Amino acid sequence: MNDALDMGWLVAVYLFMLAAFTGYEVISRVPSILHTPLMSGSNFIHGIVVVGALHALFHATTLAMQVVGFLGVALGAANAAGGYVVTERMLAMFKPSAGRKEP
Amino acid sequence: MISILVDVSGFAAALLFILGMKRMASPATAVHGIWLTGIGMVAAVVASFGYLSAIPVEARPHTLTNVALALTALALGGGWAWWRGRRVAVTAMPQMVALYNGMGGGAAAAVAAVELMARDGGEASVGVLLLVVTALGALIGSISLSGSIVAWAKLDGRLERTFRFRGQSAVNGSVLLLALGAAAWALADPSQLSLAIFFAVALLLGVLMTVPIGGADMPVVISLYNAFTGLAVALEGYALSNPALMVAGMMVGSAGTLLTLLMAKAMNRSLANVLFSRFGDPVAGSTA
Repeated sequence: MNDALDMGWLVAVYLFMLAAFTGYEVISRVPSILHTPLMSGSNFIHGIVVVGALHALFHATTLAMQVVGFLGVALGAANAAGGYVVTERMLAMFKPSAGRKEP
Repeated sequence: MISILVDVSGFAAALLFILGMKRMASPATAVHGIWLTGIGMVAAVVASFGYLSAIPVEARPHTLTNVALALTALALGGGWAWWRGRRVAVTAMPQMVALYNGMGGGAAAAVAAVELMARDGGEASVGVLLLVVTALGALIGSISLSGSIVAWAKLDGRLERTFRFRGQSAVNGSVLLLALGAAAWALADPSQLSLAIFFAVALLLGVLMTVPIGGADMPVVISLYNAFTGLAVALEGYALSNPALMVAGMMVGSAGTLLTLLMAKAMNRSLANVLFSRFGDPVAGSTA
């Protein structure tokens, strides 16, 4: 809602469409054993919200904005850090078998 | 110069997220996948301090406080979650995912709250579409926050009961309408009161949506709220004109929706059946 690049709504809609297809394509046809780790992995990825929270906190001018921004950064950081640790621990149970690689 | 660096880091993060997610979708490469996404995340967070080079004049006197707050919040939130995630038993991981996911939803809601509060200062040039998108992200993020906390409490054995009553769907529907009304009020008349009421109703809706669902269905519900948080992050990414948030959030939004449907299917249930059913409840019929 600040300066930055003023993105047209049409570009945003295109971006959303392409990202949605990307997410769909990546997930379709995964073995069901990976459902939970992938849920956890995508939980980590939306931890990127911490970047938005940092943006909001750096632009804060009032005490209320600083308090809410602080909360946002703390929650976002917890999402990212916790999501990473839990996903890594889940995936560590899948030992990569030697020589087999995805094309 | 620095702003280009920030933009490039955001792009790199989005690219690494897609590549990492792709690798996570196969058991052989899954561990590499999370490392790749981790590198992208660290790069994006470090680069976001570059925002400091372009903050508006009115925020400049607060820079020192804001940076101190940011570093404290990163250390507290990240440190706590890291420590907790390392320590938690393998069997307790699903509820931790729920908790972390709810926190992400809360962060998206907080971003929206700050953006809406910034309007209070008299920024009149903001478009209606941007405001509606911001408020929608706030609503979805808040539902994800409170809903995920209820899901966590149920899986963790802190909340054993399921609360069901006649006409529950009708009540939830009315609360949703109330939340939309509160959102319209908060947009038309941005004050701390209207914003507080809006967020309170949104959080209440998340609780009401989740309490009737039984503990065995929680993984599906957590996956749904995971998709919700992704969507909220994507919408706030639009509000902030941040393409990295938009791409990462929408990717999680669609992947999470698909995962939710797959998980429901694996249980031989439809998603509507999981969310609205009165399974084993003699009072109401089998479907909603």
